[in-house]
Amino acid sequence: MQRARTEHTEKAWAAIMMAPAVLVLAAVALYPTLASIWLSFHRLILVFHEQRFVGFENYAFLVKDARFFGALGHTAYFTVLSVTAELVLGLGLALFLQAGPPARTLLRAAILVPWAIPTVVSARMWAWFFTQQGDGLLAALGARDIAWLGTPGYAMHAAILVDVWKTTPFVALLLLTGLVGIPPAIYDAAAIDGASRLRTLFRITLPLVRPVFVVTALLRALDAFRVFDVVYVLTEGGPANTTETLSVYAYKTMMRAGDFGYGSALSVMTFICVLFLAAGYFAWARWEENR
Amino acid sequence: MRRALQWCTVAMVLAFATGPLFSQVVTSLRPDRALGGGETPFAWSLANYRGALEGRALGRSLLNSIAVAGATTMLCLGIGSLAAFALAKLRFRGKGLWLGGALAISMFPAIATVSPLYLVIRALGLRDTLGALVLSYVTFALPLSLFLLTRFFREIPDAIYEAARVDGCTPLQAWWHVGLPLAAPGIASTAILVFIFAYNEFLYALTFTSSPEMRTVPVAISLFASNRVEPWGEIAAASVMAAVPLVLVAIVFQRRIVTALTQGAVKD
Repeated sequence: MQRARTEHTEKAWAAIMMAPAVLVLAAVALYPTLASIWLSFHRLILVFHEQRFVGFENYAFLVKDARFFGALGHTAYFTVLSVTAELVLGLGLALFLQAGPPARTLLRAAILVPWAIPTVVSARMWAWFFTQQGDGLLAALGARDIAWLGTPGYAMHAAILVDVWKTTPFVALLLLTGLVGIPPAIYDAAAIDGASRLRTLFRITLPLVRPVFVVTALLRALDAFRVFDVVYVLTEGGPANTTETLSVYAYKTMMRAGDFGYGSALSVMTFICVLFLAAGYFAWARWEENR
Repeated sequence: MRRALQWCTVAMVLAFATGPLFSQVVTSLRPDRALGGGETPFAWSLANYRGALEGRALGRSLLNSIAVAGATTMLCLGIGSLAAFALAKLRFRGKGLWLGGALAISMFPAIATVSPLYLVIRALGLRDTLGALVLSYVTFALPLSLFLLTRFFREIPDAIYEAARVDGCTPLQAWWHVGLPLAAPGIASTAILVFIFAYNEFLYALTFTSSPEMRTVPVAISLFASNRVEPWGEIAAASVMAAVPLVLVAIVFQRRIVTALTQGAVKD
C-alpha cells in the first residue's frame, strides 16, 4: 500500500518534471516538422501573400524536377564519399592512437582543433587555400592552375575535403572508445596462440569494433545527408549547381525564391531520405541480432 | 626505426589538424599588400584585426554568438536536467519511449523545420531577434542535453536517491540537493558541448536574422565580402577571433568533451 502510493506520486512528479522539456520540444521541433508536411501541400509565396491548398501539386512537380534529382545525387555522392573517407582515416587514426604513440596527449588535443572550429569558419579558411593560385598548400601539391571552387567536378571534392578535415577527428575519437573497450585478455590470448599482428587486427580488433563502427557510420551519414554549411559557404551550390545539395536547394527555394510550398516539399523529401537511412540501419541491426 | 615512423605520423597528423588554422593566423597578421606579392615577407600588422572589429562590427557578432549560445545552454540545461533526472531516477513506465523520441527529434534535418519556424517567428514578431535564435536552437540542443544528462544522472547510485526520498525529499528536492551536485562534472561537460554546438550553428541564424546588428559569428563570416575583392586578410583575422576561443575551450576541457561526445554516441 505504502509502496503503491510512492510509485503513484513518483509518476506524478515525473510528469511535472518532464512537462517543460516535452512541451518545448513539441512546440519547436515536432510541430514545425508536421507543419512542414502540411505546408508542402500548399502553394505559399510570402511576398505575394498567396497561400492555397494544392494537394500533391508540389510533389507532382518534384518528380519531374531535374534539379531535385541532381541535388539528391550530389547529396548522396557527398555523403558516401565523405563518410567513407572519414571512417577509413578515422579508423587508421584511432588504431594509431591506441597503439600508444609518442606525444599522445598533444595529439589528442590537436585533433580536437578541426572539430572545435565552426564549420563556416573552416569552410572560409579552406576557401582561401582553394583560391590561392600562385603559391600555397594546394599549389605545392601540384594543383596549381585549378580553380577548385569554380570548376565543376572539383568544387564538390573541395567540399568533401573540408568535411573530412573537420570530422575525421570526431570519428577517430568515437572509434577509439570502441577499441579501448576490447578486453585486453583477448589480445593476450591471441598473443599466446602466436597470432600475427595483421591476423589479430583482422580477426579480433575489426570484428569487435564493428558495432561502434556501424553506429558511427550511421551518425555520420545522417549528419552528412543534411549538409548545408560547408557547401553554402564554399560555393552556394555552384558552379552550375554541381554542388547543390538537398538542404541548399530547399533553402534557396524558400529564402531566395520565396516559394515556401515547394521548399517545404523539398525539405520533406530530405526528411524522408534521412528516415530511410535510419530505418535501414535499424533493419540491419535487427537482422544482425537474429543471425 | 619504428619510433621514427611513429614520430613521422605524429608530425603529419599534427600538421593536418592544426596547419590550416596556423596558416590562417599567419595570413591574418600580414598587411594586405604583402598577401598578393610577397615583397616583404617579415612585415606584419594588426590592421586586419582592426578592420574586422571596427569596419565590420565583428565584436558585436561575437557578443551575439556568446549571448545566444549562453542562453541556449542555460535554458536547455535547466529544463533538460529536470526531465533527465526524472528519466534516470524516478519510477515510471515508458522511459525508453521518451528518450527514443528525443533522439529521433535530434535526427530531424534542420531544413525540415526552417519554413514553419520562420512563419511562427514572423507571426510572433521575433524575426531578426536573438530570441528567435535561442528558440530555434532548442530543437537540437534540448535533445542533446536530455540524452547526455540522463546518462550522467544514471551514474548516481539509486541508493542515494532512495535515501534522499526516505529522508523526506520530494523528487524535485532530490534533483536539486542530490542530482545536480553529484552530476556536476557531467553537467559541465554537457554545457560545454551544447555551447559549442550552438555557437557553431549557421542555417537558423542565416534564415532568422537579417540586420548586421543581429548576426552571429558564423553568419557574419559567411557574409564577409566586399563588392570588389574578397578581403582575405580580414576574413582570416575574423576566423581566428571566432575560432580561437572555441579551440582553447576544446583543448582545456579535452577530456570532458571526449567523454560527453562518446557517451552520446557509442554507449547504446
